[in-house]
Amino acid sequence: MINQLITIIVALIVAPLIGGLLFGFDRKITARLQGRYGPPIIQPFYDFFKLLGKERIAVSKLQFIWIYGYLIFMVVSLVFLVLKLDFLLLVFLLGFAGVCFVLGAFSTKSPYAHFGANRELLQILAYEPVLLFLALGIYAKNGSFLINEIFKQDKPLLFTLWPLFIAVLVVLTIKMRKSPFDISTSHHAHQEIVRGTITEYSGPYYALIQLVEWYELVLLLGIIALFWANPLWVGILIALGTFILELLIDNIAARMTARWMVRLSWSVGLILGIINIAYLYLTKGVA
Amino acid sequence: MGLIQKSRIKSPWILHFDNSSCNGCDIEILACLTPLYDVERFGMVNMGNPKHADVLLITGSVNRRTARVLKNLYEQVPDPKIVIAVGTCASSGGVFHNCYNVLGGVDKVIPVDVYIPGCAARPEAIIDGVVLALQKLANLRGDKK
Repeated sequence: MINQLITIIVALIVAPLIGGLLFGFDRKITARLQGRYGPPIIQPFYDFFKLLGKERIAVSKLQFIWIYGYLIFMVVSLVFLVLKLDFLLLVFLLGFAGVCFVLGAFSTKSPYAHFGANRELLQILAYEPVLLFLALGIYAKNGSFLINEIFKQDKPLLFTLWPLFIAVLVVLTIKMRKSPFDISTSHHAHQEIVRGTITEYSGPYYALIQLVEWYELVLLLGIIALFWANPLWVGILIALGTFILELLIDNIAARMTARWMVRLSWSVGLILGIINIAYLYLTKGVA
Repeated sequence: MGLIQKSRIKSPWILHFDNSSCNGCDIEILACLTPLYDVERFGMVNMGNPKHADVLLITGSVNRRTARVLKNLYEQVPDPKIVIAVGTCASSGGVFHNCYNVLGGVDKVIPVDVYIPGCAARPEAIIDGVVLALQKLANLRGDKK
């Protein structure tokens, strides 16, 4: 019990540090790829503390409830990962976090936030089925949704679930809201929908959004690391490799439309997922 | 110097607003973001949203139409904030100072912290101006009412 408590506390402190550094690394690499020098690697932390010191502006009463909901659901799903609990529940908690984010944007009156929220809903529509298929794939392989069970297996998940791994790579790009799926928050194209979903968050509340994004990145890379859970350091290396791959994709790809994203995710992700799970059941027999 | 003060200097996010500029100064502001000057190495990012900005970079003289927009934008930027008038027109009205529709420089409508002269202001001058403004920004209080 005490051990679990220590694990939770360490994870909650270390995860944002890693997430922030990864975002700083992202900005540095992006700058280098564009022929610029780039900000220092701890730049996200400067941004975070600056935003904490800014004025609080309230545009709606409900907005803050949803933003805290977003934080709490994200943190709880990270706790599920580090305590090696149920993967299916983790996927649902991640879904709730996404919904809180959308409702936070809908609770304001800004048309830009509404635009962003509608597009975020399309993003959820694009990635949520793939994550559910991953949970089903893990069940088909191990006969259990428990993450703990993944760590007990000698053979890594990647050997049998590699089609789902490709599908999860698409999900990671959508969840990181980077090009070509820079759709709901428009990191670079401010003249299109300003900042989309996060337009109405300012000061400390925007800092909170960044904190959740750091948790989210660590959580997603953790899910990717599960594909090679034994030994875990190989999984972590694979996760970091995919992160660098995402940065490359972000820099070489143009922004695409939301409809294209749903089409790609459903055609590639769902078909790969279905084939993967069907193959597992055909070879093993239905449990 | 506290952590938040240091972060303020390290991460100024810029909102650029064009009153009635000839686009000369605007092009110079955008030039600051290019690989040659690369202001992102100082943490400066060009924001399209006044609610996320710290520094207002304003170009061009204020006319009766844009005064309303400028005031609105200024009120949307959360404290602490800094206003920089870029170029001769934004500082004093420039060659347009006695036009019938021009009110004058930016300081006729909102308080200005730093004036950057030049027609058009050079990117080096703009970077210098922002760095000067940051010293002031660090010492402003957050929850100013």
